[in-house]
Amino acid sequence: MAVSGWFGRKRKDGSPAEGVPDGIAVKCSSCSQILFVRDFERNQKVCTKCGHHHRLNAHERLEITVDEDSFEEIDAVLQSADPLLFPEYREKLHKAKNTSTSSEAVITGTATVEGFPVVIGIADFTFMGGSMGSVVGEKIARAIEVGIEKRFPVIMFTASGGARMQEGLLSLMQMAKTSAAVGRLGTNGIPFIVVLTDPTTGGTYASYSCLGDVILAEPGAIIGFAGRRVGNQEVGVKLPDNFQTSEFQLEHGMIDRIVPRKDLPLALKTLLEFFALSAVKESVIAGN
Amino acid sequence: MQGTNFDFEKPIAELEAMIASLKSVEGRSKAAAEGIDIDTAVEPLELELHRVMEKVYGNLSAWEKTQMARHKDRPYSLDYIRLIFDDFFELHGDRLAANDEAIVGGLAKLNGQPVVVIGQQKGRDLKERQRRNFGSARAEGFRKALRIARLAEKFRVPLFTFVDTAGAAADLRAEEHGVSEAIARNLMEFSLLRIPVIVTVIGEGGSGGALGVAVGDRVLMLEHSVYSVISPEGCAAILWRDKAMANEAADALKLTAQYAHQLNLVDEILPEPLGGAHRNVTDMALTLKEALVRHLNELSGSGETTLVDGRYSRLRSMGVFQEKVSR
Ligand SMILES: [Zn+2]
Repeated sequence: MAVSGWFGRKRKDGSPAEGVPDGIAVKCSSCSQILFVRDFERNQKVCTKCGHHHRLNAHERLEITVDEDSFEEIDAVLQSADPLLFPEYREKLHKAKNTSTSSEAVITGTATVEGFPVVIGIADFTFMGGSMGSVVGEKIARAIEVGIEKRFPVIMFTASGGARMQEGLLSLMQMAKTSAAVGRLGTNGIPFIVVLTDPTTGGTYASYSCLGDVILAEPGAIIGFAGRRVGNQEVGVKLPDNFQTSEFQLEHGMIDRIVPRKDLPLALKTLLEFFALSAVKESVIAGN
Repeated sequence: MQGTNFDFEKPIAELEAMIASLKSVEGRSKAAAEGIDIDTAVEPLELELHRVMEKVYGNLSAWEKTQMARHKDRPYSLDYIRLIFDDFFELHGDRLAANDEAIVGGLAKLNGQPVVVIGQQKGRDLKERQRRNFGSARAEGFRKALRIARLAEKFRVPLFTFVDTAGAAADLRAEEHGVSEAIARNLMEFSLLRIPVIVTVIGEGGSGGALGVAVGDRVLMLEHSVYSVISPEGCAAILWRDKAMANEAADALKLTAQYAHQLNLVDEILPEPLGGAHRNVTDMALTLKEALVRHLNELSGSGETTLVDGRYSRLRSMGVFQEKVSR
């Protein structure tokens, strides 16, 4: 799904994109079209030929989502531990910190979007596949609690392969922790907007990602419970071509709308405006 | 007959076979001919058997525990429900589309008090296994569980859930009907239930499918049950591209009740009869019942707000990380 050699960075294997001068052009992994990097970036990494939405890292997403200079990161100091002493986890964390643009698989903070104050969380697939371990769960729960405290709508951009296996049962519990936080947000009457991006699967999808008051998705994103290969399909069952995509989830009533990347600002503006006009004025305390 | 069919149970099976043959009619008559009292002669062997069993079952590896948790004779939810509760009145259906038999639930009495129970149910024979999708619920099962849990809340009675699944179903139908949404909703809604919720992992606690009925005020685990974010086989396939390395993966995942307790993710480990719950279901049910009653009594004094807030704090405390400025 990734674009080979985007931004002229070396590919994983160290070689430049095949047959393409390094740094000037990229090849769309979906339609194989050679695209000038400048055009590709100007188009927010959406292929100008086939419209394929290539993945953004958290900072690229932030840049095209929040108002300039409005983002104030919170909890950037949270760092993953290795509680299980799981094989190769430390090495993987170390590597992720060096290669990812984010310090963990989600960044969270306050910002304004189209002028509206929000709490925003953006998952970063470049950090260990966006997997949800203790830090990711904690950052999301705390971000939601900031939303409750400040009475700001909460927006989550998802991108994750699921729970972070290397933290064992602790990572599974982050599903419950984040979902419970969304529950509190709801009892306090504060809106929760989810934007599903490629890919959102496993425990990340089966928790807070599915609980938005409004759930949007980018076109063509992989969205599902277990991967296409993981799911043990019954013999003779043919999977539809769009299985576990945004389009599949829309068809089955799991998401509200598919919104192309360029149209997301307007969609968010419309929603935030609606929520600002309808905001519950007095605080409702959860558990009452 | 006792289900001693795992490699680590071989020395036990051998001793048991030896004792059985000595005590058989044939063995007794042979011994009588030699003037030996068989019961006295067998005594040291029986002591040895007990010693070996204590050693084996007291030192099971994570993978061996997984095998125990999946034992074909292991008691399932309905076994415990029948032994612990009275007047179980099973309810069916999610009131939306279907009745998922991977999850059972209904009204019951615990020592005369009305309660609601929900359990994940594997099947005993092939036919039942297929009917119950091997205990792997689809969206309909999680929605059925929520619907039954809401009855408990409506009538202000405690809820008991029993966890035993390899995981949620991941087939086309599960995906089409939104199994992820159904699990997610349960995680959220169970966290808000205004009644005591007591969860027991009785066998396999398989990933999100287990968690979908496992958010509660107390979480108990049977001694040889397991609880994991991913199956050892799945983990081995990802880590080493070799499902056969499930043994190593189980160690890495630390999926035992004992480790979950150490991480404060579960409240209590309930000891199983020597050799596992399946060797003495009645005893196991007694232990479980005592624990359920005790935990319920501890929770019963709490107001609704205290319960819901306490459940939230409990979930919020789960996680291990560092909070410091790096560099
Ligand atoms: Zn293209």
